[in-house]
Parts: sequence; structure tokens; C-alpha cells
Amino acid sequence: MELAFYLSAAVAALATLLMVTNTNPVHAMLYLIVSLLSVAMVFFAIGAPLAGALEMIIYAGAILVLFVFLVMMLNLGGATTEQEKRWLNPRVWLGPAALSLVLLTVLVATLAKNTGHDPVGLTVIDAHDVGVALFGPYVLLVELASMLLLAALVAAFHLGRQE
Amino acid sequence: MGGSVPLDHVLILAGLLFSLGLFGVLVRRNILFVLMSIEAMMNSAGLAFVASGSRWAEADGQVMFVFVLSLAGAEASVGLALVLQIYKRFATLDTDAASAMRG
Repeated sequence: MELAFYLSAAVAALATLLMVTNTNPVHAMLYLIVSLLSVAMVFFAIGAPLAGALEMIIYAGAILVLFVFLVMMLNLGGATTEQEKRWLNPRVWLGPAALSLVLLTVLVATLAKNTGHDPVGLTVIDAHDVGVALFGPYVLLVELASMLLLAALVAAFHLGRQE
Repeated sequence: MGGSVPLDHVLILAGLLFSLGLFGVLVRRNILFVLMSIEAMMNSAGLAFVASGSRWAEADGQVMFVFVLSLAGAEASVGLALVLQIYKRFATLDTDAASAMRG
């Protein structure tokens, strides 16, 4: 389990880095899918099988397919890659890289103060426990999430229609 | 088995993924890459929720992850419809093309 966690964590970090720095939209999307699948593996390793399954089905299976459809519709090809290469020069990315690195350093330094060993995933929380919590104390939030999804559906329909 | 990963390491992974996503949002000019980086950031927030829920053996972390997931779905559908509109109107995916309102 430890090995699975550290291996998939390394894959997730590397794939995300390659996604962010890639110039080809389709290649970047495939790297994002790899990153999401390895995060799903992390979920399985820390004892959250429902989260891992949902990550694969909804994130990698539905949302990223939406992105792939959009790239196919917009027909982004070689011209986009050339344009991205021109936009990605060190003068542009050095500042944001420094800022993100500062943020990461602060996060890691804050976590490094904690010396105790907090083990993760001693017990597996399966779909039954999540379902009981979801439709027990959190049922109002489920209703609100359904309203949000309905609003998103209407907005996407309105924005995406042909004039 | 499965008990020796410390919570800190999972949170560091979430922070790393979040910083990479933030870097992408700040650097890229193509709006499609910006949206993908936002997805990566939301995913890392979900990872932090699930890890914390797993630490205290409670289901609440995964419940919050389900809500993050539905939020990401709503955001992706509206965002991609906006990308479609921007491409139709300006024939480019450059975010600077849509920098003024009422264009």
C-alpha cells in the first residue's frame, strides 16, 4: 500500500507537470487523464474506494471526455502548438513559477512542523458509509448540488446554442 | 497493511498538485489549458478532503469530495460552453482577446 501510494503520487506529480508545460492540447489532456487516474490510485491506497471509483468514472471518464470533444470541435492542430511554443518563453513563466514555489514552500513548511505520525487509511470507508452520511446529515447539500447542476445545465445550453 | 502512509505526505502531494495547477493558470494564455489547470487544482482540493476524512475514519471527507466533483462538473460544462462562444466570436483561444467587457 505504501509503495502504491508513493509510486502513484510520483506519477500524478509528473503527469501534472507535463500537462501544464505541454504545447499540444490533446497531449496535455492525456497527461491530465494519467494524473487523474493516479490520484484515483492514491484514493484506493488510502482506503477510499468510492472516491477512487468516482474519480475514474466522473473526472477521467466524463469531464475529460467533454474536453476531448471540445478539442475535436475546435479542430486545434499544429497551428495551436506553434502558438503555444511562442507563448511559453522563460520570461513569461519565471515569475509565476517563483510565486507557485513560494506557495508550495509555505505549505510544506507548515506541514513539516507536525512531528506526530498520523496514519491514513487504517480503516476502509466504503460506499455504504458515504451513502449513509450523504443522505443523512448532508441531504440538504445534496439538494443544493442538484440545483447547482440544473443551473449549470441551463447555462451550458444557453451559451452553447447556435444563434 | 495500508496504515503507514502519514497524512502529511498526502497533504504535501495535494499541495504540490495545487501549486502546479496554479502555475498553469498563471502562465498559460490558451483558455483551454487554463480550464484544465483549474480542474487539476480542484482535484487536489478533493484529495486533501479525502485524506483528512481517511485520517479520522469518517465518511465526511468523501462526502465533500462528491460535492467537489459535482462542482467540477458544473464548472467544466459552463466553462467549455464559454470557450465555444469565445472561439466563435474571436476565432482564437487567447484569453487576452476577451479582456474587455461588452466587446
